[in-house]
Amino acid sequence: MAMIELHNIHKQFGSLEVLKGVDLTVDAGNTVVIIGPSGSGKTTLLRCMNLLEFPTQGTLRLGDYTLEFQPGTRVKKDTLIAFRKQTGMVFQGYNLFPHMTALQNVMEGQVTVLKRSKEEARDKALRMLDKVGLKDRADAYPHQLSGGQQQRVGIARAMAMDPKVLLFDEPTSALDPELVGDVLEVMKELANEGMTMVVVTHEMNFAREVADKVVFVDHGVVAEQGPPEHIFEETTNERILQFLNKLRH
Amino acid sequence: MQNPSWMSLFATYFIPMFTKGIEVTVPLTLISFVLGLILAVLTALARLSGFAPLVAIARFYVWVIRGTPLLVQLFIIFYGLYQIGVTIPAFPSAVIGFTLSVGAYNSEIIRAAILSIPKGQWEAAESLGMTRWQAMRRIIIPQATRVAIPPLGNSFISLVKDTSLAAVITVTELFHEAQADAAVTYSPLVMYCEAAFIYLIFSTVLSTLQSRIEKRLDRFVA
Ligand SMILES: Nc1ncnc2c1ncn2[C@@H]1O[C@H](COP(=O)(O)OP(=O)(O)O)[C@@H](O)[C@H]1O
Ligand SMILES: [Mg+2]
Repeated sequence: MAMIELHNIHKQFGSLEVLKGVDLTVDAGNTVVIIGPSGSGKTTLLRCMNLLEFPTQGTLRLGDYTLEFQPGTRVKKDTLIAFRKQTGMVFQGYNLFPHMTALQNVMEGQVTVLKRSKEEARDKALRMLDKVGLKDRADAYPHQLSGGQQQRVGIARAMAMDPKVLLFDEPTSALDPELVGDVLEVMKELANEGMTMVVVTHEMNFAREVADKVVFVDHGVVAEQGPPEHIFEETTNERILQFLNKLRH
Repeated sequence: MQNPSWMSLFATYFIPMFTKGIEVTVPLTLISFVLGLILAVLTALARLSGFAPLVAIARFYVWVIRGTPLLVQLFIIFYGLYQIGVTIPAFPSAVIGFTLSVGAYNSEIIRAAILSIPKGQWEAAESLGMTRWQAMRRIIIPQATRVAIPPLGNSFISLVKDTSLAAVITVTELFHEAQADAAVTYSPLVMYCEAAFIYLIFSTVLSTLQSRIEKRLDRFVA
């Protein structure tokens, strides 16, 4: 059963068409890795999946909600919120709330959005922080944490909302190389537990090891997709070979 | 030799002036600043609302208040409105004038502070499923407050000094007392220097308080 279905998704910023008809399916429990050159539209595609951007055209289904877009389509506030509650997002720049401790960061959405009690939210937050290996840093403020720790708090914050899908936008690109491993380890664990994930990343080893499907986005379309073996070993697509070759250097 | 009598004049009038400062200048400043801040927040939110009529009203208000002298505004409120049957006593007139002024100037400070919070904070909040207003209240305003406190503190200290303008609409505050004392003693130099000295005490105490608050806030900022 597909968790996410995108059909003919277009996104235009003014006169610049960034997505030019994307079709993509993500099955429940799968990890889909999106790769592609810088500026090809990966971030925009991911942001369309939780409506941080509205597609200008196309059909978007995620979990229980199906939305049809035409230029100028407005989504009702309740639908927008309900739709977003189904997804969690992990950002390249972490985007933790700097005025809150790690624990408060992970509690915030639970209390404000899901209306959980403080006790329940704290319990859940501590479990999530434990899961990402940071229970002992619960009372630290973001600026007291390393980048890798901040990003793991970011994952805990998203997970605490019990989303159907987790979206990752280059979660390790801002990290020092020695901190990348811890974050990827947490993501691997989530994948193994059957979380549905869409991950934009340049970590090809992660893609090879964890992805059920790798999607190559180029110039705003899905140029090719398939299991990792296909993309990394069998493809004859010049653009992919070029792209992978560049990453190695 | 004038000096001994200058000293004794200074000593004699310190208590009356200082008392007016505590009894009138300080309350006038506090009331106007608190009301003005509320008005400033509302004005900033109106300008950021994107709702055209609200934006227009807010811009018009800020434009008028910032583009006209406070002294003239006080005269209009106290002496001018009287002509159309609106009589407002001196102290409330001063409160209205200063509140309007604080509201206009500080709305710009607050608006700039809100706009200074990175877009990623909004996105993180919205991706959790927060409404715009929840994001504003829980995520943006607490951070913007930290950004706004130093300039708001400066504006507060300016207000303490600006309240001396209330003397011209007959509010019997510190400076009004100094004027009266100068007339009685024929010693304007001593009396006005003494008033300046007392303002200096007030603003110095406030500055010290301000830097303490800022240090405390710094602990949480990256
Ligand atoms: N809000 C925006 N307004 C205008 N152009 C944008 C906006 N967001 C992204 N773009 C443009 O869309 C293109 C694709 O960007 P993005 O989705 O970030 O690509 P990627 O993540 O693959 O590097 C880029 O040319 C970028 O400049
Ligand atoms: Mg990107």
